[in-house]
Amino acid sequence: MAKENNKPEIIDESGDKYKYGFVTDIAADTAPRGLSEDIIRLISAKKGEPEWLLERRLKAFEFWKTMSEPSWAKLTYDKINYQDLYYYSAPKQKAAPKSLEEVDPELLETYAKLGIPLKEQEALAGVVAVDAVFDSVSVATTYRAKLAEKGIIFCSISEAVKNHPELVQKYLGSVVPYTDNFFACLNSAVFTDGSFVYIPKGVKCPMELSTYFRINAKNTGQFERTLIIADEDSYVSYLEGCTAPQRDENQLHAAIVEIVILKNAEVKYSTVQNWYPGDKDGKGGVYNFVTKRAACRGENSKVSWTQVETGSAVTWKYPSCILQGDNSSGEFYSVAITNNRQQADTGTKMIHIGKNTTSKIISKGISAGRSNQTYRGLVKVSPGAGNARNYSQCDSLLIGDACGSHTVPYIENRNKTARLEHEATTSKISDEQLFYCLQRGIGAEEAVSLIVNGFCKEVMQHLPLEFAIEAAKLINISLEGSVG
Amino acid sequence: MKTPILEIEDLCARVADKEIIKGFSLTINEGEVHAIMGPNGAGKSTLSYVLCGKPGYEVTSGKILFKGKNLLRMTPEERAREGMFLIMQYPVDIPGVPVTTFLKHAVNAVRKHQNLPELDTMEFIKLVREEGKKLGISNDMLKRPVNVGFSGGEKKRLETLQMAILKPRFAILDEADSGLDIDAMKVVADGVNAERNEHNALLVITHYQRLLNYIVPDFVHVFADGHIVKSGGKELATELEETGYAQFVKEK
Repeated sequence: MAKENNKPEIIDESGDKYKYGFVTDIAADTAPRGLSEDIIRLISAKKGEPEWLLERRLKAFEFWKTMSEPSWAKLTYDKINYQDLYYYSAPKQKAAPKSLEEVDPELLETYAKLGIPLKEQEALAGVVAVDAVFDSVSVATTYRAKLAEKGIIFCSISEAVKNHPELVQKYLGSVVPYTDNFFACLNSAVFTDGSFVYIPKGVKCPMELSTYFRINAKNTGQFERTLIIADEDSYVSYLEGCTAPQRDENQLHAAIVEIVILKNAEVKYSTVQNWYPGDKDGKGGVYNFVTKRAACRGENSKVSWTQVETGSAVTWKYPSCILQGDNSSGEFYSVAITNNRQQADTGTKMIHIGKNTTSKIISKGISAGRSNQTYRGLVKVSPGAGNARNYSQCDSLLIGDACGSHTVPYIENRNKTARLEHEATTSKISDEQLFYCLQRGIGAEEAVSLIVNGFCKEVMQHLPLEFAIEAAKLINISLEGSVG
Repeated sequence: MKTPILEIEDLCARVADKEIIKGFSLTINEGEVHAIMGPNGAGKSTLSYVLCGKPGYEVTSGKILFKGKNLLRMTPEERAREGMFLIMQYPVDIPGVPVTTFLKHAVNAVRKHQNLPELDTMEFIKLVREEGKKLGISNDMLKRPVNVGFSGGEKKRLETLQMAILKPRFAILDEADSGLDIDAMKVVADGVNAERNEHNALLVITHYQRLLNYIVPDFVHVFADGHIVKSGGKELATELEETGYAQFVKEK
């Protein structure tokens, strides 16, 4: 296996390190700044979309104009000027590449820097299939043929619109309607690309499906749209990993992930998010306003969200589960790390509708530097959700005394048979723990990362192995400089 | 001619503006075992923390040479990597961090400092299992998080295991006021005795004489009011057991 020693480590004048802070120079095919009906028509035309999708986009745009940005989260950031953003940017390609050899070498090099060895992965006999998303357009898809044998569809959402319109039309917007919230509505109007997965009845996906997102072109809002459908008795594990090059201007990311799970099916969705968090003083960094939701529509359906959030300047994100089918279950495992001036308001919603539905929430928040973090969760039990059960555990770990951590659990219970448990702890890395490590020769930063990794273990063990290793590294990178 | 490992000269140190160590001097040579005994609250544990560089323990005057080098200029982790080891009285819990993971980080930090190649996982696991077996530590215990839910005896076993693996030149056994039960005491004593050789040295800090039945010292020092008030051979410990510390405290 080739070594990846060529990953450059960017250190700027302020001494900040963001390993992935480089910019790829690819002639971008960019629409003018700002948002209007014309821009939406342009996006739709560029993508050769059918009329029904354009209509949906325009409807969403009309509705969006009547909405205002939510302000209930514990986040403060400069007002976003939505007319100052670019809404479409695609790397120029002559024709869609049929294999990796046809992909722009500079693009592939970018991925190599990010540690995504596509070629290696292809050689590594069917471990992970990558639908790599560069800015907004999918440029390389591997393993598609192998998956196709099983009837699995794994492609960009644009391709799905062309090749599987019946599935897209039926399910797109069925979990997150455009009226849902301000950012989801914006996404519904302007989304450029994302991933599409369909697992047919009775099929267990033989490999982990993986997509790497990356924001590249300057000042481009990134509006990913992901749709995953697990038909009856199927199973899939999906990985999403994110990195972005360093930028001075804040970059907006407002994605939607929708998951539909039918009878007896199971979906595992894992995310490692390390977008540029801004510098020590909070300058720059990605704004991450994401709507992720899974609908367990069938009996015995199951979903689990696992997320490791180390990046972004501002995070607004609540991967949720609608437990509609009887005996369906939802799980949410989360590690969120904030350092310097980062802010995160994240959590989940568990909506119990069907009978005997169960949900589990394990949230681990680590705050360092002058960062601020809020866990915000909702457990809702509808009148018909007999014997619903929820277990929630929210632990916060503070490093230093300038950071903040808040826990806001909401419970709405309309059924007497429900059993809901909630536990919450807040702790600090103690001087005793640190000294114990130092006394054994372990340096302070290594000690903190050891203690933090221990704190997160319950969540990390839900990640697929290779992802867990990457996530552990990211935790270390993001905590650098947190002990003085 | 014996080679000194630790030379403490006229040491004064304080914690939170309170002077605890007042004019403390002691030289410990290779191959020697010293015991420091004294009344509770005399500052015995403070001495061990000062030697290990625990933050908050401030040296106001005096000097300490460790293997001829100025100890006071080293960070706590450098002291550990140079071979100073403290068997803690109350080892702290580290939730979620398995014993093996913790120990691997420690041993490789020390090896790196000594310009030795880092141990890979296979070599390390072999070593830790072998040493663990000698101390009655099961493979199962090695997988548990550091000190979490450990009994007093298990904590001491783990401390001794770490000592066996890190092979320090100078170890401090701090049992200043812990009511260690006999079994735990034997565990730690056997473990420590097994590590003794002519190149390392040991400092035992204790309130009770009984620990010294298991780890027999070459020298015993009575510590009161921040410094050594009397020194002698191992018989001094027995003497103290009969007479108590009152005579030294009165001297104030």
